[in-house]
Amino acid sequence: MTALLEVRDLHASYGTTRVLHGLSFGVLEGGVTTLLGGNGAGKTTTLRALCGMVLRTGEITFAGRSIAHLSTEDIARLGIAHVPDGRGTFVRLTVEENLELGAITRRDRNAIAQDVERVFGYFPILQKRRGQQAGTLSGGEQQMLAIGRALMLQPRLMLLDEPSFGLAPRLVRELFGILAALNKSEGVSLLVVEQNAALALDLADQAYLVETGRIVFSGAAREIREDEKIRRSYLGY
Amino acid sequence: MELFLQQTLAGLATGTIYACIALAIVMTYQAIGHLNFAQGEMAMFSTFIAWQLIQWGTPYWIAFLATVAVSFAGGVLIERIVLRPIQHAPVLSHVAVFIGLLAILNSLAGFIWDFNVKPFPTPFGTAPLLGNGFIDAHQAGMIAITLLLLAFLYGFFRFTRVGLAMRAAAHDPVSARLVGIRVGWMTALGWGMAAAIGAIAGMMIAPIVFLEPNMMLGVLLYGFAGAVLGGLSSPVGAVIGGLIVGVVENLAGTFIPVIGGELKFTIALVIIVAVLVMKPQGLLGRPVLHRV
Repeated sequence: MTALLEVRDLHASYGTTRVLHGLSFGVLEGGVTTLLGGNGAGKTTTLRALCGMVLRTGEITFAGRSIAHLSTEDIARLGIAHVPDGRGTFVRLTVEENLELGAITRRDRNAIAQDVERVFGYFPILQKRRGQQAGTLSGGEQQMLAIGRALMLQPRLMLLDEPSFGLAPRLVRELFGILAALNKSEGVSLLVVEQNAALALDLADQAYLVETGRIVFSGAAREIREDEKIRRSYLGY
Repeated sequence: MELFLQQTLAGLATGTIYACIALAIVMTYQAIGHLNFAQGEMAMFSTFIAWQLIQWGTPYWIAFLATVAVSFAGGVLIERIVLRPIQHAPVLSHVAVFIGLLAILNSLAGFIWDFNVKPFPTPFGTAPLLGNGFIDAHQAGMIAITLLLLAFLYGFFRFTRVGLAMRAAAHDPVSARLVGIRVGWMTALGWGMAAAIGAIAGMMIAPIVFLEPNMMLGVLLYGFAGAVLGGLSSPVGAVIGGLIVGVVENLAGTFIPVIGGELKFTIALVIIVAVLVMKPQGLLGRPVLHRV
């Protein structure tokens, strides 16, 4: 498999505070990579840096071209869908309008209508709520909407920032099942940031442990899952 | 009673102009979070362009459409050239820029077309409508044009993809960028539309207040009052607020002897202060909540 996303020596800062100190990692074409680590490790900042939402330096290559100098909107237009921290819901617009916005850069009207139905297939509850203001949805429904909106871009790569955050355990399992299905059947590569390491390692093929803006360990997800020392000392389970 | 009806209708007619200016102010406010004090002078300048075209022999409606188009382009240009470079600057920088724009446009209009008061034609005539004298043809025309404009804007924002993208960019620029919307261009488009709406308001009110560089001063004040009354976050509220201000202004001027013609201006300020003290979010606006 070839690399879809390759990141080398990524630095990022908020104002004068440096948050990332040279991260290097990758996502394979059709693969799932997870970034694990505790609060404040720099996982969210990493995703933001990839999308040009914070000041960053380093090499970022997506599908063979450098995206380190592109704006957030141009990166999205290349097929990178970011489901951000806080879900990025347009709370005052309806569920259906949120989905349409996911496809706002596309021109193929008929395919867009089909994709809306496809999202409703994955998340039937959204169909029931299609005319409702998105801000009135529950946390779980908003997370589904966020993933649905990302799918509407027909992305090659999805960046997911703590998709399990604030959701009931049953819902989390359902959601990760759908993510696995999306990866398998639609061929969407995933970069998942998670605090719930057990869950993320089941989904991923590659994993990186992030601590205070540095990668402290990397390897195949399966190896990390089976390495008791790492599990105990870094992941706490 | 007849006088009351007549004054209410006349108030509604001028209220449509305040509604347009209020709407332009709210659209800009939604896009950039600042109040454009130069909105009135932009409308005045547009009206002078229309006057010039008509002086050169252009038929009224062609001059009208050309002015709307030029104003749209002018609004986009002002955003790109003047506002984009200061988009992250603090409020006071914006206030200074808007006041600068106001002064520049005002002096430039005076420099090009001088400060003498000029009559401006109406395409509707001034004959009383249906002979009952309640409302004249120009006032009815003003109301009709505004209704058409509002219907167009409603359709644009509700049913087109660009309209949806503009709403998304105004509500949540960060998320809008993540779905690939070019937020900067949406802001420029908003400026263009606000300038075009102002141009229409200017051309409609000019036959009544006459054309001169300071013609929009009062209108802008009433427009602000309408925008504040309706709630700065609500385009529908701005329109309703503008209409209410038009009616209140007219009725108070007619029926409260102390106010008469001289103190009419104060009404706008009284409305602004009253709303800000009693219901700061306006009639249809949302209160601004800050998480701390």
